[in-house]
Amino acid sequence: MLPVVVLLGLFLVAPVLMALWVSVSDWRGNGSPFGGDVGFVGLENYRQILAGGGLAERDFGTSLRNNLFYVVLVVPLQTMIALLLAVLVTRRSLRGRGFFRTAFYFPSVTSSVAITVLWLFLFSTTGVVNKILGWFGLNGPAWFQDPRGVLHLLLGAVGVDRAPAALGENGFLGITWWDWVAGPSVAMSAFVLMAVFTTSGTFMLLFIAALNNIGDEIEEAGLIDGANAWQRFRFVTLPMLRPTLFTVLTLGLIGTWQVFDQIYTGTQGGPAKTTLTPAYLSFQSAFVNQQWGQGAAIAFVLFAIIVVLTLVQRWVLSEDRGSRGERARADAVRAGVTARQQGGGVAGGAA
Amino acid sequence: MSTATTTAPRARATGTYVTYAVLALLAVVYVMPFLIQVATSFKTEADAAANPLSLVPSTATAEAYRTLFSDSPLPTWFANSVIVTLVVTTGRVLFCSMAGYALARVPFRGRALAFAVLVAIMAVPNVVLLIPKFLVINQLAIYDSYAGLIIPLLADASAVFIMKGFFESIPASVEEAARIDGAGTFRIFWSVVLPMARPAVMTVIILSFQASWNELNHFIVASQDPGLFTLTKGVAQLASGALSQGTQYPLKLAAALLMTLPVALVFFVFQKRIVNTTTGAVKE
Repeated sequence: MLPVVVLLGLFLVAPVLMALWVSVSDWRGNGSPFGGDVGFVGLENYRQILAGGGLAERDFGTSLRNNLFYVVLVVPLQTMIALLLAVLVTRRSLRGRGFFRTAFYFPSVTSSVAITVLWLFLFSTTGVVNKILGWFGLNGPAWFQDPRGVLHLLLGAVGVDRAPAALGENGFLGITWWDWVAGPSVAMSAFVLMAVFTTSGTFMLLFIAALNNIGDEIEEAGLIDGANAWQRFRFVTLPMLRPTLFTVLTLGLIGTWQVFDQIYTGTQGGPAKTTLTPAYLSFQSAFVNQQWGQGAAIAFVLFAIIVVLTLVQRWVLSEDRGSRGERARADAVRAGVTARQQGGGVAGGAA
Repeated sequence: MSTATTTAPRARATGTYVTYAVLALLAVVYVMPFLIQVATSFKTEADAAANPLSLVPSTATAEAYRTLFSDSPLPTWFANSVIVTLVVTTGRVLFCSMAGYALARVPFRGRALAFAVLVAIMAVPNVVLLIPKFLVINQLAIYDSYAGLIIPLLADASAVFIMKGFFESIPASVEEAARIDGAGTFRIFWSVVLPMARPAVMTVIILSFQASWNELNHFIVASQDPGLFTLTKGVAQLASGALSQGTQYPLKLAAALLMTLPVALVFFVFQKRIVNTTTGAVKE
């Protein structure tokens, strides 16, 4: 036990305290952050990113916007697809079940770097996706070079191609409301699809385990009552999946706010900063631009966002979300998944 | 097919066909990208751009692999990944099983607190720790060294959690028998309990292998020396064009494929176990 406590303490608890200090200091990466020449600046770094009025605030606002659309799209999509896959592969009479499970789960074991490289190719201008779109007479975009917001494109299609005055003049965190509603850029949408591709398999396993636990008898009870397949799923199976659904949504929410590996490998935040995420911005501010105080401040704000959202979600879904036993089981399952996500960063990201 | 009693057999059969059709389509979507990756890694650059979808190169060439092995640092990256993964996996099995056993069976002061800290740590998002990790590594003067790459990864809270859960499921009577025979705590752990924990140890080995082989962000903050690049870091640089002119898709996809092979191998060998791990590790 002692080595583990020491290691975790040394590399997890102490570091967080040190970073807290850096986030309220003016350290610029020279020498030790605990040296005599490093000054205390109070909440200045936090003010710079939240209300500084400059580039730091605009970048942070942009990264939040990008990541918000990513979360809003990825979490429901990956949950629904994972559930669909699980329901399909647990059908009693299915042949080749093992093959299908393997096929759907395989993307989850590969590294985020390898998948990103593959995605850059599939979604390149002359790539596979555009080739397939071409069969249907569609001209695919230059995915990872395209900064246009998807919602702006849709609005443009119905004739709204400029900001209404009310949206164009005011804003939040240094970007106008019009830019807040841009939607994910075309480039970010490709990352959304990638996240769904790589995490749906992991969550499928959680749903399969839950479906197996429910067992056949309850399904059969519904069958005898004359319910059709959809009614059986909607009114018998789905309510019993509540604890698992809760786990999947929580893990999804936590994972999707931590987009880093894909951005580092694929786009470095471009095109036009539309794939910039808070996690990558924190890294970039500190390690590339040597703004360590701001980088650390961004990390802590991101942490606060994740904690608050998790609590809100727990509160919203908390009504009779299962017995203690079920909750303990869900916690344990979470441990297994976290272990698997540690390296990938794809969450469910990866993580 | 099935002999349904309450649903009309014909509706049943139609439902089955629809299921298979949907599953087949989805399987193509999930598998095709990897087949295309393999095929493209054997194509010329022009062929990859002209026929991205074809699964057969018009003129097969192993040029990408030759370049990677003889004219790129990929062998170094591969060696570093192997070193880090082996040490980290061994370390995690040792430390995390010991910690799990202590939490499950050895009464000591502050055990409840230690467990609470463990659970709390699992909840801290990984990317929030990038700067903190760097600060400690820097402070300990192990930046740009194997020690910096390896030591922070040696303990893993979720592996401890898995081991603890397993040890708790072993009947205490087994250990009592050994204790009566005069064995000490460590001896009981090492020669009696650990051999019984093979399924959980296998789970930890598989998960640790995958996690450390695929790890990227820790290596980014722990080193900058190109001699210490692992495959993840090296291939990520390759992807952003550090080594290449032009798109070089065959080369990049070949590199990505080479780094996928070891985890794919482990996955296919231990498939059954991995696919059942999510519940298995907890209940077994």
